[in-house]
Amino acid sequence: MDTNSNSYTIVYASVLVVIVAFLLAFVNSSLRDLQGKNVELDTKKQILSALNIRMAADVESEFAKVVKEDRIVSEDGSLIPYEGKFVTGYEKEFKENGRAHVFVCEVDGQKKYVIPVYGAGLWGAIWGYVALNEDRNTVYGTYFSHASETPGLGAEIAGEHFQNEFKGKQVMDGGNVELSVVKFGKVEKPEFQVDGISGGTITSVGVDVMLKNCLAHYTNFLTSKD
Amino acid sequence: MGKLFSAKNKEVFSAPISMNNPVTVQVLGICSALAVTSKLEPAIVMGLSVTIITAFSNVVISLIRKTIPNRIRIIVQLVVVAALVTIVSEFLKAFAYDVSVQLSVYVGLIITNCILMGRLEAFAMANGPWESCLDGIGNGLGYAKILVIVAFIRELLGSGTLLGYNILNYDAVKEAGYVNNGLMLMPPMALIIVACIIWYQRAKHKELQEND
Repeated sequence: MDTNSNSYTIVYASVLVVIVAFLLAFVNSSLRDLQGKNVELDTKKQILSALNIRMAADVESEFAKVVKEDRIVSEDGSLIPYEGKFVTGYEKEFKENGRAHVFVCEVDGQKKYVIPVYGAGLWGAIWGYVALNEDRNTVYGTYFSHASETPGLGAEIAGEHFQNEFKGKQVMDGGNVELSVVKFGKVEKPEFQVDGISGGTITSVGVDVMLKNCLAHYTNFLTSKD
Repeated sequence: MGKLFSAKNKEVFSAPISMNNPVTVQVLGICSALAVTSKLEPAIVMGLSVTIITAFSNVVISLIRKTIPNRIRIIVQLVVVAALVTIVSEFLKAFAYDVSVQLSVYVGLIITNCILMGRLEAFAMANGPWESCLDGIGNGLGYAKILVIVAFIRELLGSGTLLGYNILNYDAVKEAGYVNNGLMLMPPMALIIVACIIWYQRAKHKELQEND
């Protein structure tokens, strides 16, 4: 057969495209449930990481043990119950449904709150979770991750040494979010600021903006003490 | 089985690892060698993924090589590679989620990796599936080898760690006046290290030098 004729080329291309499209659609739809479960499990693992539980052998049971309630912050800062499905995309949840989640947790008999945060780094999305003590002001632990920051530079926000810098910092001061990431070596208010990553300036600024923007939605919750 | 591991096939497999290395001799895949080598771990993962994808796409293209219309062969190759990469990444997301998270950035880079297109066009289009498979694995490993060497040097001298484990970040080392070289983490250093490897290889093997 003449494999160089126009009609053969067109038929070949069409058949190839249909086969590939079918294959991809089939793989995607047959694996979607498994992938969804993995994303959910990963989200739970990240929330536990913010609570400094990083090596949980069984994430599902550890999560059930530690995280007591999945709540939503109302306008006046009080927590109202949330009955829906476990959410994995908190940016969409806030922008589309107007729900700002707070996880009420208990670690070693002490109450902790975990707040999801999300923003943009240099190359793509960054997100994380901030765990606060019962006073709603002192950071107990953080977890950050990213979609595609530069390895060795911006990607270091996913490293424990960066995340541990936040421990014990204060979040609010005079009704504003003061918890911030500043240029490496330029910390002036050590109770609120942490060092950024040298060489990862844009990602560090991204984390700073992310913390300020997202935690600002929780201002009433963070400043009320009931 | 004798034919499967004939001298020619061994050559097909081992040449790209040393004397016909895709990075240092064919000078393919330099772009991703810059992007993923500031740490050892992503370099290893990337090397393995490229090996697997190159082998598979080589086999697929080799199987259908006689039916591919000449004028659209590059597009056909690209479609096969892109489909394979997407399927592999879907499977990773379903069965090895942690690996897929680490790979997130690199999956796209695999599709555009010149080694894949280069091997498909230069080898799989003209050879049988088994030879193509060996060629794919050989080239993938040759690529992985360079990536690992570059990443080893960059992570050790740039961050003072290897695979994330602390090697040089001790007070005693700092007091002796040693500091991590931040420049190592910048992309240009990958190019310089690759150039040094090429220099070494060419100095050692005179047959690689052009007579001008």
